[in-house]
Amino acid sequence: MTRIADRFDALKREGRAALVTYLTCGDPDAASFSSILEGLPQAGADLIEVGVPFSDPMADGPAIQAAGLRALKAGMTLKGVLAIVKKFRAGDDTTPIVLMGYYNPIYRYGVAGFLADAKAAGVDGLIVVDLPPEHDDELCLPAQQAGIDFIRLATPTTDDKRLPKVLTNTAGFLYYVAIAGITGTKSATSDVVTAAVTRLKRHTKLPIAVGFGIRTAAQAADIARVADAAVVGSVLVERVASGLDKDGKATPALVESVLAHVRDLAQGVRAARRT
Amino acid sequence: MAQPNTYRTGPDERGLFGMFGGRFVAETLMPLILEVERAYDAAKRDPGFAKDMAYYFEHYVGRPSPLYYAPRLTAEYGGAKIYLKREDLNHTGAHKINNTIGQILLAQRMGKRRIIAETGAGQHGVATATVCALFNLPCVVYMGETDIERQKPNVFRMRLLGAEVRPVTSGTATLKDAMNEALRDWVANVEDTYYLIGTVAGPHPYPAMVRDFQNIIGEETRKQMQRAEGRLPDTLVACIGGGSNAMGLFHPFLDDPSVRMIGVEAAGFGIETGKHAASLNGGAPGVLHGNRTFLLQTDDGQIIDAHSISAGLDYPGIGPEHAWLFDRKRVEYVAITDDEALEAFALLTRLEGIIPALESAHALAYVKKLAPTLPKDHLVVVNLSGRGDKDINTVAALQGITL
Repeated sequence: MTRIADRFDALKREGRAALVTYLTCGDPDAASFSSILEGLPQAGADLIEVGVPFSDPMADGPAIQAAGLRALKAGMTLKGVLAIVKKFRAGDDTTPIVLMGYYNPIYRYGVAGFLADAKAAGVDGLIVVDLPPEHDDELCLPAQQAGIDFIRLATPTTDDKRLPKVLTNTAGFLYYVAIAGITGTKSATSDVVTAAVTRLKRHTKLPIAVGFGIRTAAQAADIARVADAAVVGSVLVERVASGLDKDGKATPALVESVLAHVRDLAQGVRAARRT
Repeated sequence: MAQPNTYRTGPDERGLFGMFGGRFVAETLMPLILEVERAYDAAKRDPGFAKDMAYYFEHYVGRPSPLYYAPRLTAEYGGAKIYLKREDLNHTGAHKINNTIGQILLAQRMGKRRIIAETGAGQHGVATATVCALFNLPCVVYMGETDIERQKPNVFRMRLLGAEVRPVTSGTATLKDAMNEALRDWVANVEDTYYLIGTVAGPHPYPAMVRDFQNIIGEETRKQMQRAEGRLPDTLVACIGGGSNAMGLFHPFLDDPSVRMIGVEAAGFGIETGKHAASLNGGAPGVLHGNRTFLLQTDDGQIIDAHSISAGLDYPGIGPEHAWLFDRKRVEYVAITDDEALEAFALLTRLEGIIPALESAHALAYVKKLAPTLPKDHLVVVNLSGRGDKDINTVAALQGITL
């Protein structure tokens, strides 16, 4: 069993959905990010997505774009991301960590070396936005061989005909992007999400996480009633941004402000028990 | 891999030229890109599509563009006989319109009612705004704020043509960010929108499709040279940003082994300074904007901003087919600095009465080095990809003159 499968199994027994958080690694600096990361499980994050900053994040909205640029400016690299995960893993051997980002930094690092280093650091899954199933030979299949889940995105444009292709080599969970659009912009209504999750469930037994546009505890609870996980990103990244001083440096309140919002979201998700 | 006996059959069904190209896009876009591919394949098989293209090329663009023998430039450089392929004489003043005519006809066939595009120098933006005016379609052009500042006449031109120019402030506010922003728009407006990419880059099928629309340049050159000299040209020279004008000139000649081809990248302040746009001569393979190609990037895989005096060459990548031809050594790729290009810009203007685009001036600057080394019966064709009127503000500013 993997940490991801273990976690979803445990939550199924508890009868509730997971809260998945996204934050960009190294935003606004490595030390502040590490403090947030280490506080996330206690604050109620069940799975953690760690964003790998990239100069050209074509699927992300302004909040996550800015977070990536802050992290890069502060010196974050893919190597640095793996070091931070490794440090986290030394203190937490159960909370799944999924790296999320774009292919070029991994390609440049070298796929084989990256997978070996990621596995050693304790990475459980990868979400690589610009690697559709048409390019599974690049990273998806090698990742599975290395024992790392390759988690795919399905979107409103992924119709029933295409869905099997998307699901073929997907492992860990399926990430449903609730809107056609970039991160942090629109939100989908729960009716639409319910219909989408029902459709996906016909095609797969994998847990289904739903993200894009979830900001509040109430929205997270709505999603938690119909899906196996609610993913929250942009609003947390915005919390980081609002915790900066005028020179762009972290204020003492930053870490706690992010974790407080995670606690709030976790309450929403946990209250939405499912039968 | 065995040496191919043709260089003209790519890409494969996954959109790959060797290891380059492909479809590295978010899942939201995959169905759209597959739809564009299906529609383009159908259009290619439809004689009606070719007929429509030919009609607009002749009556709207003004094709064929002349192949002009440049006697004074030839005498000045003192070697090879130099011909200029006059893409600068096309409607809107550059080769870009060849592609926008093709893609707007495709968008029409697909029933798309809204057009988006990215632009750097503004030439592709103008060419897109032009065909959108012609076909009465709303047009949004993404342009980096930095580029808007240095290409004001083209911005105004696009607005006159009815396009909305959306300033891009994300990232470094240049062409690569404009392309990111156009992709974000497309992801959010998948139903009705067609993304009209301006060069031989992006996800498959764009590199092959844009190449096909630009091939008219080389096809005409072949016939025109046959008429003028009774044979094939010996050397073809073209500038490269994304690489569409060069690909259009080169591709019809790739399987003629006697024809030497040279792509000229922008060396900016010099490749050794790090301030350049020469992806092949100063970059490394990577994945950006839907394709694998050579990119200017850090060791960590972060994209580095390009620099060139010419906004049209100022892109940190290059079309994947060029990356493949570089890898196979079928085409030579060299680089020319800002200063060398400016000198060639001034020289052609004085000697032939033709003001070249700063982009095309890079190709001319390389001919200055090449022509004297070649015999007088050696036939060189330079793609004069655009006219330089758009660049007079830039050139004037360097001379301390405000227009």
